[in-house]
Amino acid sequence: MDQQPVQVLIEAMRLAVTRLPDEVLGALQDAHQAESELGRTQLETMIANAEVASAEGLPLCQDTGLPTFRVLVGHEFPHRADVGEWIRTAVRRATEEVPLRPNVVDLLTHRNTNDNTGRGVPMIDWEPVPGTDCRIDVLPKGGGSENCSALRMLTPSEGFSGVKRFVAKHVASCGGRPCPPGFIGVGIGGGADTAMKLAKRSLYRPLGDPHPEPEIAALETELLGLVNASGLGPMGLRGRTTALAVHVEIADRHPASYPVGLVYQCWAHRRATMEINAEGVASLVSAGGSIPGKDE
Amino acid sequence: MTRHLVTPLDESALRSLRVGDRFTLTGDLFTARDAAHHKIVDLQLRGERLPFDVAGMALYHCGPIMKWTQDQWIPISAGPTTSSRMEGSEPEVIRHLQLRLIIGKGGMGPDTLSALADVGGVYAHYTGGAGALAARSIRRVSGVHWLDELGMPEAVWRLEVDGFGPLTVTMDSHGRSLYEEVSRDVNRHLEPRRQVRGG
Repeated sequence: MDQQPVQVLIEAMRLAVTRLPDEVLGALQDAHQAESELGRTQLETMIANAEVASAEGLPLCQDTGLPTFRVLVGHEFPHRADVGEWIRTAVRRATEEVPLRPNVVDLLTHRNTNDNTGRGVPMIDWEPVPGTDCRIDVLPKGGGSENCSALRMLTPSEGFSGVKRFVAKHVASCGGRPCPPGFIGVGIGGGADTAMKLAKRSLYRPLGDPHPEPEIAALETELLGLVNASGLGPMGLRGRTTALAVHVEIADRHPASYPVGLVYQCWAHRRATMEINAEGVASLVSAGGSIPGKDE
Repeated sequence: MTRHLVTPLDESALRSLRVGDRFTLTGDLFTARDAAHHKIVDLQLRGERLPFDVAGMALYHCGPIMKWTQDQWIPISAGPTTSSRMEGSEPEVIRHLQLRLIIGKGGMGPDTLSALADVGGVYAHYTGGAGALAARSIRRVSGVHWLDELGMPEAVWRLEVDGFGPLTVTMDSHGRSLYEEVSRDVNRHLEPRRQVRGG
């Protein structure tokens, strides 16, 4: 089988961990203007770090995450049976070549597997879609932010006001542990698993794209305001910017249930996207808004 | 004003630091996360010595990316990890090893604060995620312990740093914790919102 998609996947992982997306860098720079002195120092260090990482081709954060992918696989994509193995191979090779931190620990022996693969890892969220192509999103996500995930089974009568209380209080209670200013993914509806899955999926949405339903877009804006009103600030050291965006995704619900999932992403919101066409030829789509050499 | 600290760390210099002070560090530090803390406590309970000397060194909560090149380890990315995971064993480790400088992110709890007061030490914050920048200030990897058993992130790495920072004192030896103060303010800001209905 053609290994070209593996090579492109490795490049996607390399770009994701070494280059902070332009829109994330822009959001940090915008936040910098309004911050407290201690908050400003944090944002300055984050920005300087992203510049060093990009210039030297080094992972900007040592926590390159548990390998996490979302795969939008076309119903007619001819190579669907190969994608899982491509990803597994690419993860092993990227661990050596980029390098990534070996982050997978055997649940029973506590031994590091040393190649970033293991039971259930890489974690792949498969989503079948119409078409003949396949799109793969890479989301390196650190453990410190993932540890601040939460699920709350609200009562339906609590509704949006319950969602607001939960999100504002939970983000504040995490303090500086998940590396704020963060990106807050919220999933509402379905079952408990749906809410968590929607919360994580919302993080793949490009920054600045509001939810298509106006009520949800308004909720996202309001939640961002509430989270920032806490005064927690960059790295939890007090300041105006606790989150850079809140994304909400929804599903309809059981009459008795109102699940709300929250997935916290740190300021280093690293992403990259690649596509594979029906001929099995892969190409990078984006690495944080731009691909080196393809900018013009 | 940014001060400059050099190892071996001495008690009077660390006692003079207060919450909000900024400094850079030159000298020796060692990394330890959850698993290494447990091993240190276990050795202590059995009355055994550590296989490495940490006297006068700073403890860095960090699980770096290292690359073995030719005959040495090269630091690739080495930012701080979340310190609160170590809260359960840190007070014991501080007292046992007489640690006077802990570097991490996100802060620690009241038991660590009280251990810092006992030994005359501080907890200093470094910006989370700033791994590439932190790795630049590592002059040399002077040793690694428990690598086979614990794996790269959890192993104890001994590092020589030059001008590591800016570090900010967020918990001092006089009982002050910036995290406690911010948390009180944050709860006060959120309080009125609990009464808001509707939406």
